[in-house]
Amino acid sequence: MSDFFDAGIILAAWPMLWRGLLTTLALSALVVPLGLAAGFGLALLSTSRSRAVRWGVIGWTDLFRAFPPLVLLILLYGGLPFAGLELGGVACMAIAFFLNTGSYYSEVIRAGMESVPPGQSEAARSLGLGTWQTLRTIVLPQALRRVLPDLVSNTLEVVKLTSLASVVAVPELLYQARQAQSLTYNPSPIFAAAVLYAVALWPFVKILRRLEQRAAPSR
Amino acid sequence: MTTTTRVAPLIDARGLHKHFGPLHVLKGVDLMVAPRELVVVIGPSGSGKSTLLRCLNLLETPDSGSVVVDGIDLMDPRTDINLARQRIGMVFQSFNLYPTMSALGNVTLALRHVAGKSAAEADVLGMAALARVGLADRAGHRPHQLSGGQQQRVAIARAVALEPRAMLFDEPTSSLDPELVGSVLAVMRELRADGMTMVVVSHEMGFARAAADRVVFMEDGAIVEQGPPDAIFGDATHSRTRAFVGQIRA
Repeated sequence: MSDFFDAGIILAAWPMLWRGLLTTLALSALVVPLGLAAGFGLALLSTSRSRAVRWGVIGWTDLFRAFPPLVLLILLYGGLPFAGLELGGVACMAIAFFLNTGSYYSEVIRAGMESVPPGQSEAARSLGLGTWQTLRTIVLPQALRRVLPDLVSNTLEVVKLTSLASVVAVPELLYQARQAQSLTYNPSPIFAAAVLYAVALWPFVKILRRLEQRAAPSR
Repeated sequence: MTTTTRVAPLIDARGLHKHFGPLHVLKGVDLMVAPRELVVVIGPSGSGKSTLLRCLNLLETPDSGSVVVDGIDLMDPRTDINLARQRIGMVFQSFNLYPTMSALGNVTLALRHVAGKSAAEADVLGMAALARVGLADRAGHRPHQLSGGQQQRVAIARAVALEPRAMLFDEPTSSLDPELVGSVLAVMRELRADGMTMVVVSHEMGFARAAADRVVFMEDGAIVEQGPPDAIFGDATHSRTRAFVGQIRA
C-alpha cells in the first residue's frame, strides 16, 4: 500500500508532473478550439443548399465518429512517415482531434441549429436579414444556448482524451507520470496524475451539472 | 374585377404556380393589390392561401409566374431580395418573436442590421413602433412575459418599424385566445386607417366584413371568386364560396 502512495516519490516527481499538467492544458488549449472550429464549419456546411455538400458532411462526420481516435492518432504518427510525411506528436494530435472531435462538435451544433423553429429564420428573412445575418444573429445564439451543456460535456471529454498524446510522445501529464513511474519503479506518480486530472476537471463537472439542471425544467 | 385597376398596383402577382412535391398548391394565381387597399384572403385549409401570401415576399419561390412589389420584380435574379423584403412586412400565425430578446430588441434588430441605424436611432424608432401598437410600457419584457395578443402586436411593430410599403398577415389571430383577438385586430384597423396596403389571410369574418376593401376566396390552389365583402358574404356567385362562407358563419 505504501508503494501505491509514496509521498516521497511523488514529491520527487512533482516537477515532471507539473510540467505534464501544463502541457495537458496547453494541448487542450490547442485541440479544443480546433475541434470547435471544425465543428462550426461542418455544422454550417450541413445547412448548404447543395445536396452534395450536405451528404459530404454526413459522410465525413460519420466516418470520423466511427474511427477510434487512438487508432487515428497512431495511424497518423506511425503510418504517415511511410508515406514520406513525418509529423510530430503535437501536429498529429491537432489533426486527429480536428477530424475526430470536430465531427462530434459538429453534430452537437447541428442538433442545436435544427432545434430552432424554422419560423425564427423566416421572421428574420422576412425583415430583410440575409442568410448569414440570420444564422449569426438569430439561429446560432439560440442553438448554442440550447446545446451549451452538451458542448461543455463534449469539451470535458476532449480534455480527457488529450491523455492519448502520451502514446505519441507528447510530454503531457500521463506521459510524464509514466516516465516517472519507470524511473522510480513505483506507481505513485500515476496515482498523483489521476488525482491531478480529477482535481483539474472537477470544477468543470460541477459547472456542467449546473447547466444541465438549468436546462432541464424549461425543455 | 374591382375598380382599383386604374391605379398601378402596389402588389402585382401573376400566373403563380407552386408545387410541393406531387402537390400542386398554386395553380396559376393572379393577385393585384392597389396602394392603400386591404385584401382579405379566405378559404379552407390547404387551399393555398398561405402559400400565396408567402410567395409575395418570396419566402416561398413560385415555380413560375411573376411577383412585382412596389415596382420591384422579386423574381428577377438581379433583385436584392433582402432589400426588397424591407418594403414588405410580414406577420405570422405563431408570432415568431425572438425569445432571447426583449420586445424592443425584437423590434430594433432589423433596424440595426438591415436598415443600418445606430443603436440609439433604432431604439427611438423601435419605441415609436411599440407605442404605435400600445406596448411602449412593455419594451423591456421578453416574449414569454407577454400575452399572445401582446406578442403578436410586438411582431406587428417589428415589421412596421421598417416602414414597409405593404404588410402581409398570415392568420395573425388564429393562435390567439378569443379574448385577445380584438387587440390585434384593433392594431390592424389602425394600420389600415393610416393607409397601409395589406393582404390578410384570415378566418376573422367580422374583420373581413368590416375592414376589407376586397375579399378573395381561394380553393384548391386557385382564386374562385373575389369582390367587396358585402358581395362575397351576401350573395356570392359561386356555390363553393357560399358553402364556405355559410360554414364559417355557422
